[in-house]
Parts: sequence; C-alpha cells; structure tokens
Amino acid sequence: MAVATVIEAIRSTLDEALEADERAFILGEDVEAGGVFRVTEGLKAKHPAQVLDTPLAESSIIGVAIGAAHYGLRPIAEIQFADFIHAGFDQLCSEASRWCYRTKGDSWLPMVVRAPWGGGVHGGQHHSQSIEAFYAHLPGIKVVAPAFPADYRSLLKAAIADPNPVLFLEHKRTYRLIKQEMIGAPAETVLGRARVTRQGRDLTILAYGLMLIESLAAAETLAAEGIDCSVVDLLTLQPLDVETILESVRTTGKALIVHEDTLTGGLGGEIAALIAEHAFEFLDAPVRRLAAPDIPAMPYHHAMEAFFMPDRDKIAKAARDLAAY
Amino acid sequence: MDISKETLFDLHHRMVRIRIFEEEAGKLMESAKIPGALHLYVGEEAVAAGVMCNLSDQDQITSTHRGHGHLVAKGGDFKKMYAELYGRSTGYCGGKGGSMHISDMDLGMLGANGIVAGGPPIAMGAAFANKYKGNGNVAVAFFGDGASNEGAFHEAANMAATWKLPLVLCCENNGYGEFTPQANHQAIKDVADRAVGYGMPGVVCDGMDAVAVYEAAHEAVARARRGEGPTLLECKTYRFFDHVGIRGIGLSYRSDDEVMEWKKRDAIQAIEKRMIEVGVATAEELAAVHDRVKIEAAEAIAFGEASPWPDESTLLKDVYNND
Repeated sequence: MAVATVIEAIRSTLDEALEADERAFILGEDVEAGGVFRVTEGLKAKHPAQVLDTPLAESSIIGVAIGAAHYGLRPIAEIQFADFIHAGFDQLCSEASRWCYRTKGDSWLPMVVRAPWGGGVHGGQHHSQSIEAFYAHLPGIKVVAPAFPADYRSLLKAAIADPNPVLFLEHKRTYRLIKQEMIGAPAETVLGRARVTRQGRDLTILAYGLMLIESLAAAETLAAEGIDCSVVDLLTLQPLDVETILESVRTTGKALIVHEDTLTGGLGGEIAALIAEHAFEFLDAPVRRLAAPDIPAMPYHHAMEAFFMPDRDKIAKAARDLAAY
Repeated sequence: MDISKETLFDLHHRMVRIRIFEEEAGKLMESAKIPGALHLYVGEEAVAAGVMCNLSDQDQITSTHRGHGHLVAKGGDFKKMYAELYGRSTGYCGGKGGSMHISDMDLGMLGANGIVAGGPPIAMGAAFANKYKGNGNVAVAFFGDGASNEGAFHEAANMAATWKLPLVLCCENNGYGEFTPQANHQAIKDVADRAVGYGMPGVVCDGMDAVAVYEAAHEAVARARRGEGPTLLECKTYRFFDHVGIRGIGLSYRSDDEVMEWKKRDAIQAIEKRMIEVGVATAEELAAVHDRVKIEAAEAIAFGEASPWPDESTLLKDVYNND
C-alpha cells in the first residue's frame, strides 16, 4: 500500500484486526458482500467466520455487540449509514454507555460501531447527516471522527483495542477523495488526543472530518494573504482533548470552530464554552462558530447542499473576518 | 417428565426466596426506608423459578424493570440486593443502579432494565458469544407482554432465529402492560403466536405452575443447547401487586374479583399442596423453608441498613474502563 484512500486504510486495518485476533468479528448489513461503500470487500473470503451479515436491525446489531463484548469478543459493528444509527440509539445510550458505570467498573464493553457520516454526496435527509453531537453527549462512549487515511488506520486500531464502546465515524465524502502515502504499520496512538495539523500565529481553526480537510485548504489560501492559521484536528470528539484545544487558542488568541453539523447544540458550542471558561484571558476576539444553518436536515439538491455545508471559501471568509477583528 | 424431589424443593425454595424478598422490599418502600419505585415480582414466582432451575451460573439472562425475582431465582445475594435498594456502597452497583439496574455478572445476570425490551438484544449478544465460542451456554431474555410490541424485541427474535442462537425468549404475560390490559395493546392472546413469524417454536405454558414452567423451559433450553435455535416461551402469569409497590386491589384498571381468582392459583401454595400430596414433603418441612428465608432476609436487610453510603468520590468513577 503506497498511496491509500480512506476506504483502503479502513479495510486494511479491519483485515489486520481480524487476522490478529479471532475474537474480533465484523457484523452489519451487507458486510459479507463488502457493504454499500465496499469497505469490507474481500474480508469475508479471507475471514469467513469473522464477517457476518445481519438483518436490517440496528438496535439488535448494537445489542449483539454489547452481549458479545461483555463475553470477551471484540465486535466491530457497521451501521450502513450514520443516519440509520438512531434506531439503535437506545442500545448505545441506555445500555452500552452505562454498562461500566452501573457495574462499578466490574464489566466493560470493548466494542466498536463504525458508521459513515456527513454530506457532500447528495444523499439527502437520510444519507447525509452529521450525528456526532447526539452521541458525544454520552459519557461512557467514545466518539472518533478522523480525516486522513493514516489517522483512520491508527485510530481504528486504537478503537478496536480500547476497552470501551467507540463510535467510529467515517466521513463518506472523503472515502475515496482523500489519499495519503502509507508506509509501514499504523502509528501507535490512543483515543482522546487532538493534533495540531498546521501551526500558525494568527488564529486557531478547530475542525474534524471533511471540515478539517476544508480548513487546511482555507489555511493555505489565507497564508498567501499573510494570515497564518493553526489548524487543530480534533480526531476524538468524546472525550475532547481539552488541553490541546486550549493550548492552541492561548497561543493564537482567536478561535474559529468549524463543523458541518447544524449550529445549535453542535459540538462548536461545547468547545466555545470550554475556551470561554478556561482561556478567556488569552482571547483577542469572540470565539467564532461556522456551522450548517439550523434547518432539519441537509437538503438533497447539489446547490442547496452547497448552501448548507461550510467549505473552504466560507471558512476562509470567516477566518479573514476573525483575523481582522 | 418425572420431577424429582430435589427439583420440587429447588423450585419451592427459589419461589419462597422471591416471595419473601419482595414482600420485605415492598414494606421497606412503603415505609419510605428505601427510595425509588419497586416493581415487585409477587405472583409471578413460578416463571423465574421454573426457568432458572434449568440454568447454570454460566448461562445468562437479561431481566426487566420487574427484575428482583430473576436475580433471586438465579441465586442472587440478598445482602447485595437489599444494600442496592438502600443505595449503599455494598450494593450490587454501589448505589449507582438501584432496583431496576441490579446485575450480577458472576451469575450471568446481565441486568434488570428500566427500558422495556432493552434486554432481548443484549441476551442475543450473549447467545451469539456462546455460539461463537462453542461453550454450550444458553441465554434467556425475560420480557413482558408489553415488551413484545417493542421493535427491539422483534429485531432480536428475528435475528436469533436467523442465526439459530442458543436463546430462549421468555415472555412473562401477566395480562397488563403497566396499567393497560393486553386486549388494549395487542390483537393476539398468545404472544407465542408470533413465533411462527420468526421461524421458531412458540410454546404457551401455565406460568402459575412452577413444574409446568420447569418442563417447558427444560425443552426450550435443551433445544437451544443442542444448537437448534431459539424458542419463544410464553408463561401466562399474574401480578398480585400493583405495577409499582404492594397495593394490588382497589385499582381502576382491574377488578378485585380478577385478582382474587388469580390468587387462588398462587404458585407457592400450589407446589406445597402438590409436594405434601405426593409425599415428598411435610407441612413442617415447607414451613421451615419459609422460616430460613425470613432469617436470610432479616439479616440482609440489617446488613443493607447498616452499610455505609457511597463516597462522593465514586460518583465520577467508572465512566470508562480503567477510570
């Protein structure tokens, strides 16, 4: 694997996980055939006992993962689209997130739920949405949303090794769009760490998933204009890497949080509050959020979709305004 | 099926433990010694006892909001149970769970559950792990007639049948989903009728007769252990007490006459009559079982009441593993 797409990075990591540990298995809708995005393509033939089609039943897919994880297996459940996961919300929220706490730490659930999320694919109301804020609101669950193939590899490996329930979000627009040179084994990492992807002096852009890619592109444009941005890839959304966020904002004095989820109740509010509480004295401008507008769902039509989603131009404009404050 | 003397005593003992645990717990709730709402299992003892007599500690169950009976029948420790109801640090969940979230992982009791039909998907997961590992264990999901209308139940039943998992879906049909009579919440009388739609056997048994439940569950558990897949086992039973707490009569949604008719079929009285009639026990021996359990309960209540409150430092612990 010289240059890998996001899909290839995920597939190779899954392959290695199944190979390394017979307790690991993949379950989900159509996963034997490779799934709708072909992420699991070829894995059934290679690991016949460890790749299992399920009925269309999200609540039970997650329920199986809970019971199997409790009894020592390492389930990796695929929810076909993140939009469908809400049918299993109860099992994640009411059961999985509370399992360890309720049992005083006597029992825990090493399980991963993978789900493709996000827009830019003309998927409309039930195939394009950002769901992370609902689940990042659940202490007891970890939520991961990488952007680059190498991070998909290292964080998926870490998620499978993690003894807690992990919701692993894969931005479907980036599946084949983003490629990266891959050499050797995935970097060893743990969940809960953000990374300063670009170091700058004037302001900090905080983002994840596709918006991280767009933020980096905006930062390049702004650099040519003499505006020097730091870009922080949040990587894990629950628990947030508060220290890395605050350290960057304390250095630049200005923060722009970007997400493709709608504004109100989105993660931007939480991050803005953290900054206000813990880095107020370092701020040279109000914290700025750039998010999708508060409408019920990302529309289907490509132009409407573009109105809805933040992108590199909107990010550059918001950053320019913030830099000039 | 010949029922041995040992099995009859076992069924009887499990039922008496449930009855006395619940009566005492109800009194503690009504005298405000313990906080929260208790959904008591009195009247339904034959179901938990009859099923659990077929299970080992390695077999797993998921329970319901009316869950004390399941844990007691699986061998639960009265001390840890009462301590949890008191919210003390010595309780099963250290005061974090309470009545509706008690679990004992060593006994394969994966949790009472405040979410109706929250259990079947998890029991199916345990059954999946059993099959995957080939360990011969069986999982049982308890749920009520009300839960049989929840999507999670249908999903679990379909998936378990598709995968031929070692699972028993045990419906405790007590005729009411909370306060709503069965006829007002589903158009069928036998929940077991639904089994055909999942491709598994559906069996109806008398849930007021511990031996009948024992025999029906014996076959369902054996079938699961043989690798032939799940069974939907429906036990017709009745809640002597109210949905919450003790008062079982004078209620708007069911008649006192109905309650009295069901109480005539009290499963503990029935098995005692049978044991005396067939000559395996004397009235004195059976009374002695009650006396021993009463002492067990009294000691456990004293333990719970005397146990320390949880320390505030535990509030933030165990959100994640290794916290």
